[in-house]
Amino acid sequence: MLDYDVVVIGAGVSGSACARELSRFQAKICVLEKEEDVCCQTSKANSGIVHAGFDAAPGSLMARLNVRGNQMMGSLSEDLDFPYRQTGALVICQNVEDMPNLQALYERGVANGVEGLCILDKEQALAMEPNLTGNMYAALYAPTSGIVCPFGLNIALAENACANGVEFRFYTEVLDIQKQDKGFLLHTSQGDYTAACVVNAAGVYADVFHNMVSGQKIHITPRRGDYCLLDKSAGKHVERTIFSLPNRYGKGVLVTPTVHGNLLLGPTAVDIDDKEGTNTTREGLDLVLKKAGENVRDLPLRQVITSFAGLRAHEDGHEFIIREVSDAEGFVDCAGIESPGLSSCPAIGEMVAKIVQKKLGLYPKEDFIKTRKGILDPKTLSMEERNALILQNPAYGNIICRCEMITEGEILDAISRPLGAKSLDGIKRRTRAGMGRCQSGFCAPRTMEILARSLPAGMEEITKSGKASGIVVGKK
Amino acid sequence: MEKYDIVIIGGGPAGLAAAIAAKNNGVDSVLILERDKELGGILNQCIHNGFGLHTFSEELTGPEYAQRFIDQVHALQIPYLLNTMVMDISPSKCVTAMNKVQGMLTIQARAVILAMGCRERSRGALNIPGYRPAGIFSAGTAQRLVNMEGYLPGRNVVILGSGDIGLIMARRMTLEGAKVQAVAELMPYSGGLKRNIVQCLDDFNIPLKLSHTVVDIRGKERVEQITLAQVDKNNQPIAGTEETYDCDTLLLSVGLIPENELSAQMGVSMHPVTAGPKVNESLETSIEGVFACGNVLHVHDLVDFVSQEAALAGKNAAAYVRGTRCGRQEGFAPIFIKAQQGVRYTVPSTIRPAYMADKLTLRFRVGNVYKNCYVSVYFDQERVARQKRPVLAPGEMESFTLTRQLLQKYPYPEAITFKIEQDI
Repeated sequence: MLDYDVVVIGAGVSGSACARELSRFQAKICVLEKEEDVCCQTSKANSGIVHAGFDAAPGSLMARLNVRGNQMMGSLSEDLDFPYRQTGALVICQNVEDMPNLQALYERGVANGVEGLCILDKEQALAMEPNLTGNMYAALYAPTSGIVCPFGLNIALAENACANGVEFRFYTEVLDIQKQDKGFLLHTSQGDYTAACVVNAAGVYADVFHNMVSGQKIHITPRRGDYCLLDKSAGKHVERTIFSLPNRYGKGVLVTPTVHGNLLLGPTAVDIDDKEGTNTTREGLDLVLKKAGENVRDLPLRQVITSFAGLRAHEDGHEFIIREVSDAEGFVDCAGIESPGLSSCPAIGEMVAKIVQKKLGLYPKEDFIKTRKGILDPKTLSMEERNALILQNPAYGNIICRCEMITEGEILDAISRPLGAKSLDGIKRRTRAGMGRCQSGFCAPRTMEILARSLPAGMEEITKSGKASGIVVGKK
Repeated sequence: MEKYDIVIIGGGPAGLAAAIAAKNNGVDSVLILERDKELGGILNQCIHNGFGLHTFSEELTGPEYAQRFIDQVHALQIPYLLNTMVMDISPSKCVTAMNKVQGMLTIQARAVILAMGCRERSRGALNIPGYRPAGIFSAGTAQRLVNMEGYLPGRNVVILGSGDIGLIMARRMTLEGAKVQAVAELMPYSGGLKRNIVQCLDDFNIPLKLSHTVVDIRGKERVEQITLAQVDKNNQPIAGTEETYDCDTLLLSVGLIPENELSAQMGVSMHPVTAGPKVNESLETSIEGVFACGNVLHVHDLVDFVSQEAALAGKNAAAYVRGTRCGRQEGFAPIFIKAQQGVRYTVPSTIRPAYMADKLTLRFRVGNVYKNCYVSVYFDQERVARQKRPVLAPGEMESFTLTRQLLQKYPYPEAITFKIEQDI
């Protein structure tokens, strides 16, 4: 008897999307995650863009899943209550000599089935985005491009999967996988697990797990990108996502509003060896600021509130690998999920679930819960509603994070809900407490106190992001 | 909706002094709104001494200094709300606030005094490269953890920035048993008070590395190493000068930013240099009846000057409410004050002589270290005053007292200019 029908490796956005789609079926499912929380690696540090789908080569899986994911995102955001907005995007062509490339991008988009694409001349583009630099020549306009909260999307998928019976195991690092007569045996840092099917959604580590079970090796390069995030006071500098014409390392440095109203610049693209190498570099940050200014003028760079780096899981063939491994029956890869991975994740989940469902002959669940309610944002309420809420639960009247105006009520909700936050970063990704202009300078001690009281735990046990990331080292 | 003559946003040193002055100048209907659980603001975590030399002629700790004002607020029976966050102030001075007990409340004020203080610049604002582990604190956050919560944020410390909080925390961490290896300062001079360099660094043999910055942060979970490098004249790191320190903590004391989100939201005009509201001689902002004082107006070095400034704002707000502003026959047109040649800004930045008292203190900061120089004041092209200073430094706030007498000695100028001059 196997422990699970399906084990998913990785609780990032791909793993969580797969788990959520699989939870539609009658199956025993478990997600193994080596970190303390969902959304801890590639899924937490990216552009937060829902791409329209004009970048990938026609006929590629990337193209198909990007366009499908984009189409699914709107209703998914309603079902699962995470922030998403279709804002549109412009790809800027600086010189007349580059027009064939812009035209090619347009045609690729049309071939991929992207709707509403059109090429704008300089005046039309400037009318749309007055802060574009004047030396541009033309732009490709993609109205279906959007912005999403990457944490919100990942957490929503995971919470909904959890509500539908999927088990999540954190701090559980898969160390080895063995094929067995029936299914797989996974040795982990927390003991052994057996499963009929394994979904390999391990991001930059997907090659490691694939190569444990298959003779046909794949190779994934962590491709690091540095970003700068600007204060909300700069959030309206552009209304749409502004891309450069793509080069061989990807889509170049973009300038975009975030779904929460900040302005985001980045990323760079540097191939590295360290699969945990999320350090920013001076050269990288300087390049972001320089490149961002090539398409958008007067960027208020004094308003930078933080910088960060993320890793894309770049597979050598630059294509999503989503299929059952031919020499390891029941092992389903979800590998090479780099951009447009976030955009594609709803479609990736759907595709993986279909493969597994067929494989195991799973039946749909009758009581699948399709919707999930996010953490209540009191700012969306009227004053009367807000007063009623505070009367019922006074914690909603207590502001903890003054920059983002986050209340104790929201933080308590983030901690106490299923798959709740266990660290300051966990609370930050769920509520935005600490994500504002003071970068948790004021609220960190107060959030720590709430976390210590709620878990419960000692203040010395409270971490920034699990493991050895303790914040205070002892009582004085 | 509740109504008050004067609503004061913030119960720190500025808010307290403003409230006391408003009450003492004849306005009974005064309310202080404070977001923390007690009055006193940031002074509550400043447990070192050195406060109050100018005001009380004795050395007090931060909490003691605050308590003197809190006692007066109690004696004058000035009402205040704690744990109350102001969410919004409308241009017509309707204040929306929130707390656990009353929920959302709206208060109509006739005058508002902005006294929200400032916040620390974060690592992100400096774009320091490297990892983002635990163990990176702004100095004030570390100060709160140590002095108010009773926890040690780290055992082996490097500090970036020699602002006063950084210097104070170098000493505090040392006294609490941590090892402070170095204080690095980007500029070729310290941003803090001279006395703090002597008492907090020199006395504890903590090296101050001028013209240095952090160029790398290592450690994926908790800080493990910090790399410092020397910088050139353009503040760019010089290759080959890197020094790496094994440590578990980086404290940042890299500048303070007035917290003016509420002011900006209500439409108050901001000063590009101070990041605080532009104010006139009455410390009144671009919205009539809205005053500002303390660190929300411009970052101060000594709390005594905050108290003085706030008392003036309170007095002027009272006069505004009572309709007794000292209007004279002439001089309603504002005179602009220009900061030039080493003077970064002045507060106030305009003066309407009709509303000016007999003496007005203008405060300013300089942009560099100057020795044996003069602070010169010009009415248009004519130099009307010149004061010799042995040393001027960016870390110390300067002041000049403008008298009505001086103003009346000359024809009303269009502009008053402040300059640093090396010799005659």
